[in-house]
Amino acid sequence: MIEEGLKNELQKQGVYVTSLQELYNWGRANSVWPLTFGLACCAIEMMAASMSRFDLARFGAEVFRPSPRQADLMIVAGTVTKKMAPLVVRLYNQMPEPKYVIAMGACAISGGPFKQGYNVLKGIDRYLPVDVAIPGCPPRPEALIHAIMTLQEKIRNQKLTGPDRPRHLNAEIEGEYPVPAYGKHDLEPPKNPDVWQPPTMTRT
Amino acid sequence: MPPKSFEVKPKLDESGASIGELLEISMGPHHPSTHGVFRMDVVLDGEKVVKLKPVCGYLHRNHEKIGENISYLASMPYTDRLDYFCSMTNNWAYALTIEKLAGLAVPERAEYIRVIMAELTRLQNHTSLIGFFVHDMGALGTPLMYAFREREKILDLFEEVSGARMMCNYMRFGGVRVDVNDEWIARTKQLVANYGRFLDEFETFLNQNEILLARTQGVSPLTKEQAVNASLTGPLLRAAGVNYDVRKVDKYGIYSRFDFKVPLGEHGDLYDRYMMRVLEMRESIKILNQALRDIPAGPVMDPKAKLRGFRPKPGEVYGRIESPKGELGFYIISDGGPNPYRYRVRPPSFINITILEDMCLGHRVADVIVILGSVDIVLGEVDRCQPI
Amino acid sequence: MVSWVPDKKLETLEQIKLRIESALPLTKLDILPNECPAGERSLVVDAGRGLAVAKFLRDDAQLKLDYCSNVTGIDWPEAKIKTKVKKKMLVEGVEKEVEEIVETLRSGHLEVVYHLYSMELKHGPIVLRMRTANRTDQTHLPSLTPVWRGAEFQEREIYDLYGVIFDGHPDLRRILMWDEFVGFPMRRDYVEPDDFEYEPTPHDEVLVEAKKHYPVEAKAEVKPEVKA
Ligand code: SF4
Repeated sequence: MIEEGLKNELQKQGVYVTSLQELYNWGRANSVWPLTFGLACCAIEMMAASMSRFDLARFGAEVFRPSPRQADLMIVAGTVTKKMAPLVVRLYNQMPEPKYVIAMGACAISGGPFKQGYNVLKGIDRYLPVDVAIPGCPPRPEALIHAIMTLQEKIRNQKLTGPDRPRHLNAEIEGEYPVPAYGKHDLEPPKNPDVWQPPTMTRT
Repeated sequence: MPPKSFEVKPKLDESGASIGELLEISMGPHHPSTHGVFRMDVVLDGEKVVKLKPVCGYLHRNHEKIGENISYLASMPYTDRLDYFCSMTNNWAYALTIEKLAGLAVPERAEYIRVIMAELTRLQNHTSLIGFFVHDMGALGTPLMYAFREREKILDLFEEVSGARMMCNYMRFGGVRVDVNDEWIARTKQLVANYGRFLDEFETFLNQNEILLARTQGVSPLTKEQAVNASLTGPLLRAAGVNYDVRKVDKYGIYSRFDFKVPLGEHGDLYDRYMMRVLEMRESIKILNQALRDIPAGPVMDPKAKLRGFRPKPGEVYGRIESPKGELGFYIISDGGPNPYRYRVRPPSFINITILEDMCLGHRVADVIVILGSVDIVLGEVDRCQPI
Repeated sequence: MVSWVPDKKLETLEQIKLRIESALPLTKLDILPNECPAGERSLVVDAGRGLAVAKFLRDDAQLKLDYCSNVTGIDWPEAKIKTKVKKKMLVEGVEKEVEEIVETLRSGHLEVVYHLYSMELKHGPIVLRMRTANRTDQTHLPSLTPVWRGAEFQEREIYDLYGVIFDGHPDLRRILMWDEFVGFPMRRDYVEPDDFEYEPTPHDEVLVEAKKHYPVEAKAEVKPEVKA
């Protein structure tokens, strides 16, 4: 590792020294391509975030891709219904590694205002690993920008080796998750036990 | 079963002999131009559509069931999320229905505020709709950026009075939640004064645009009879030349005081539907100018209106208004309890896609996208929680 | 100021009822009262005559109800209805009005309501209702889609959520729920799937519910609450 002081000195002379890990993560963090994927009201705020006023492009995340094959960030913006959930999982499976998920809004996190509904999934984290969750109904575009910055922070701090290494460098990490099937009343299975377990709380 | 993405089927002539192939594709529910999670099963002969079945329900959020289990007032924020572009008009429709059910009166100033909010909503809805519509035709991004720039200005006004950009939850049975101040009115006046100029600009770019003309004129024409029989409402119906605007027919609120016209189309094709929106915005500006000029001082809530513990007498009621997308109605049955016995939303977008198949038959697959864009659906409403 | 305007109608509902009954023999109609201030009363039609009445309402020159705005279903499970009836009684030799509560048994049925307007003559609404015989096996009603195309998706939705079977509907499939779904979720007695929603600090009923969903090992850990 090169010392901070020397690094600054060199930088003044026009020589930029960095580690491969930093360079690699710097590139990855600043070119996150989200999937064009709106589910409900939150999607409108997602679009507003990419439009003229909030201008997501300043953060390198404005290249919305309609095809999952070209995207590496899924913004679950809106209510995931049980009818839609298998398709969301399928889209996630189709995305190439490394891939990240932002759960945008109360609905994507927990079912939100519609959690009593018989057709509403109580949080996308029952099937997919979520990296960043944004509360709000709907979250403001600034909140989405903040979430993307949080994600960038996460990417920037990932080590390329070790247990915390990025998904695509870790062969043990599941790239595809089982797609739930439509059942008689509910999805089958109603949750993916590898991803989500009901938290146990004991009261003392 | 999740939908298959495509399937090849034999094309048969009358005698049953195979004379080619048909391609059945599933457009959506994840498709950039289905405006949300909407699916169409399209059968194509070459590029021509021979069959189209809309499949919805991917955003069925059980709004009606939830509405039957919570109190009357608690449904108000849920109505915001029906058609999330137009939370103000949704609020109004629901408030109006309950006022009709319980016989409540609305103070004069609140009526004016409601009209101002509804027409501002119409402006921002139509503006963004045109942005999407042109986007669907291939003008990626730019017109939408212009549209959203204007929309943000209106959202700022909403935010100032209600505290929320999109989900305003602003109206109440018997009035509106908070009063607007003079500064707000002055700012709105200024916005309305500038809006005409923005529309001029928009129209200069689009009205005679060669691509727009080629893609819209003569595509998917609708006759008056078809439109009426299929219960189309809103700009879609008027584009087909039927003079029916709930603002004029029911004269709900104080719409009878304003001088405005109902623009009518001739052919019911896509170009007429586009023009209908532009002309309606011009009329909205007229209404806004009058309402902002005449707004009186006074209270904004009926002092007799009771919000908490509200229990209307048994009975049933159907109330409707002209939302930017068409006739938005609420049907409420009260059994005297704190919750409605039946809570039903008549969603204009859902009913407007009833004849989507007829609109698309015989057209190219690329036109299907534009036709869907012209219907202006919002899936929150189609599936009743019930977007783009 | 009242923000809604009473609907203008050409005739009263009684007149319409009389005209239908004279034009279509064998048809019996009932008028359902409505106590709310706007007071839209409705016409209750026998399921068997529904289509004929609908055609009459659409084609009649005075009515011309060409626009079927809203179609919806309602579930009325079997219930005891308590109604207050005013009776004249002799109390201590004086005739007085006494309120008495009468219990009647309402048989369970499903109901479909149509709100009809005229776009040409700009009047309405006329409310049309049809009822099924019960909620279990006789849930057939005639589809009015052949008369008003606009009812197509709404009738499909009622089939999906309430289970009314519309005879003569061109394409009666589920529309909002998936095809494999069993049951009718908007009915009052529909039992929703056991769908535990995690709460950070469960208590009371939610805690009881939550415990059912804890994994087996953890279940043992849940200690009974000790009252201080
Ligand atoms: S969190 Fe709120 S705004 Fe977002 S999808 Fe859910 S209801 Fe709509």
